[in-house]
Amino acid sequence: MSKKILPLVLGAAMGVAATTAAGATTLEDVKAKGFIQCGVSQGLPGFSNPDAQGNWTGLDVDLCRAMAAAVFGDASAVKFTPLSAKERFTALQSGEVDVLSRNTTWTMSRDTQLGLNFAGVNYYDGQGFMVRKDLGVTSALELSGASVCTNTGTTTELNVADYFRANNMPYEIVAFEKADEVVAAYDAGRCDVYTTDASGLYAQRLKLTNPGDHMVLPEIISKEPLGPVVRQGDDEWFNVAKWTLNAMINAEELGVTSENVDNMKSSDNPSVKRMLGVEGAFGEGIGLSNDWAYNIIKNVGNYEETFNANVGPDTPLGISRGVNALWSNGGFLYAPPIR
Amino acid sequence: MSVMEQDSAGAPARASLVNDPKYRGYFYQLLLVVLLVTLGYVIVTNTIANLERQNIASGWGFLENTAGFGIIQSLAPYSETSSYGQAIFVGFLNTVLVAVVGIFFATIIGFIVGIARLSNNWVISRIAYCYVELIRNVPLLLQIFFWYFAVLRAVPQKREKWSFFFDTFHLNIAGLRGPKPIWEPGAEFIGYALIIGIVATIAVSRWARKKQDATGEQFPVFWTGLGLIVGLPIITYFVTGMPMTLEHPNFVEEGPILRRGFELGVGFNLIPEFLALTAALAIYTAAFIAEIVRAGIQAVSHGQTEAANALGLRQGPTLRLVIIPQAMRVIIPPLTSQYLNLTKNSSLAVAIAFPDLVSVGGTVLNQTGQAIEIIGIWMAVYLSLSLITSAFMNWYNQRMALVER
Repeated sequence: MSKKILPLVLGAAMGVAATTAAGATTLEDVKAKGFIQCGVSQGLPGFSNPDAQGNWTGLDVDLCRAMAAAVFGDASAVKFTPLSAKERFTALQSGEVDVLSRNTTWTMSRDTQLGLNFAGVNYYDGQGFMVRKDLGVTSALELSGASVCTNTGTTTELNVADYFRANNMPYEIVAFEKADEVVAAYDAGRCDVYTTDASGLYAQRLKLTNPGDHMVLPEIISKEPLGPVVRQGDDEWFNVAKWTLNAMINAEELGVTSENVDNMKSSDNPSVKRMLGVEGAFGEGIGLSNDWAYNIIKNVGNYEETFNANVGPDTPLGISRGVNALWSNGGFLYAPPIR
Repeated sequence: MSVMEQDSAGAPARASLVNDPKYRGYFYQLLLVVLLVTLGYVIVTNTIANLERQNIASGWGFLENTAGFGIIQSLAPYSETSSYGQAIFVGFLNTVLVAVVGIFFATIIGFIVGIARLSNNWVISRIAYCYVELIRNVPLLLQIFFWYFAVLRAVPQKREKWSFFFDTFHLNIAGLRGPKPIWEPGAEFIGYALIIGIVATIAVSRWARKKQDATGEQFPVFWTGLGLIVGLPIITYFVTGMPMTLEHPNFVEEGPILRRGFELGVGFNLIPEFLALTAALAIYTAAFIAEIVRAGIQAVSHGQTEAANALGLRQGPTLRLVIIPQAMRVIIPPLTSQYLNLTKNSSLAVAIAFPDLVSVGGTVLNQTGQAIEIIGIWMAVYLSLSLITSAFMNWYNQRMALVER
């Protein structure tokens, strides 16, 4: 290596360091590259699951598509990165993905110590247990001495430890990296119990050899508010994620669907007018065009539509709205108004 | 650089330092060191700045926080209330366990298959050939999955068992169970007896070698050693009043179905994750070791065999006393790298839920979000393990090297 090249190499190394330290905002980055890079699961039916053609569908996927619709007016301007539970935060921190929409539980330590922000809750979940029916178990409190299969790097792993310890029951934990391996091991009979979020149990049960031989126990042992995550310190992008979700929930509350959204533009309801950008300039406030919410609803739909299409009673998962109903229907979903 | 251009006052007749190849060499080496240090400094400060800017926690304080998750197999005391540091240590011990057991079996299988490949018996050499070609050409991860998922489905379910060795060992999908020794006061003497037996065996073998060198008479070192190492502890066991009992696994056949099968924590249990991982690693690495052994033996000139035969040595002693010692010089260096490979490949444990260093570390990483620290620990541990293995094998290699007179 000649003397002339060495300073160049050194300079280049420092230059690279300087650019990574500065960086543009995520919204600018996303607009410049023309799509959103969205971190999803490696295959959880109803939430984020690829079909045979590689098209992703699910509740979490729809949130990313809605964000793409809000930014670009095109719900297909999104690319998906399947991530294991273990990889997900590092992928978001390092900028590999722009948003993480991967049935991720909002906890205090994740919100405060990882340099991440949770942009809301798109599914209120809780951890449950699935067992073989022939075990004759009817309550989780009868699981003393059981071996439990779960995913490593999840809140599930910690909750199950807490639950068995609090109830003074011995257990054996078998923790896998990928959800598919957990299902395979449980199906093979390695474990008596499979534990994860209740929604996940219903989804993974479909992958078992005989789904009918298994049952989900009634106990829900934890609070698992699942929601989209973005990097901390980028408020503009945080707002886009937060208000995309809020717009979908507000749209359901105001009765705006993907089918009637064009007619609703001429609605007399000022709330609807503000949301659809007929009145005011709310889109500009989050760095988007004024028809951002219109694009979300038109291209993806409101919360009810995506819920029913992906996990609702008419899907193989058959999950009822339960606590995920609107606040006005006795559920938890409550979005701040657009005004 | 301008400093280097000044002429040294002491040697005016010589050419300038710039053109002196020796000083030029020093200069470039110094420059390289400065460059590497600067690069390292830039990377470290930049990383720290980025972490602070993104509000990501850093530092080693997390190692003392409560882990809160369970680990299925631990060689050190561990519970959910232990710290992250202890959890990582448990993972480290599991990695060492798999590496040691894997290396042990890989070496045995590898030597047997390697020698079998050179057998004059056509069937044996073909079987060994097929083993090597089949095993080393299938990716290791697939073999681990095969042992874990395919073989696992073939063994009995949790409420059933296969028993063997007079009903002392049992195999089912939850693992291999056997009796666990329970030590009572006085049992330490058995350990001392074992140590004395080993030391005495070494002494006897040295004495026997001297005697053979001096008189040509042989002494049955093997049987004496066996007697000392096995016999002495057994005698101590009875003399001290049998201070060790065996705890047999408890197979429950009545009561609620969930409780049937082997009771948790009673007896000795090897979890199926461990069995599958060790089997896959040992069998895979053995295929490579077999080739190394074959190459080593073939590297010994055929004249050595003929000379040994001419002296009237039978086939066994020829192999043991003439061929293998010479072949070892060729075998050991590549064998070392296979041992290192096996140790590093054990990190594939994460695929089948065996709690090794990478698996447990990954969990800690996910719970704390401190990626850089954890990856630093991983790299430091694997580096140290590899360096220790290399150091040991280099020492062994020197011992086996040709002693020139």
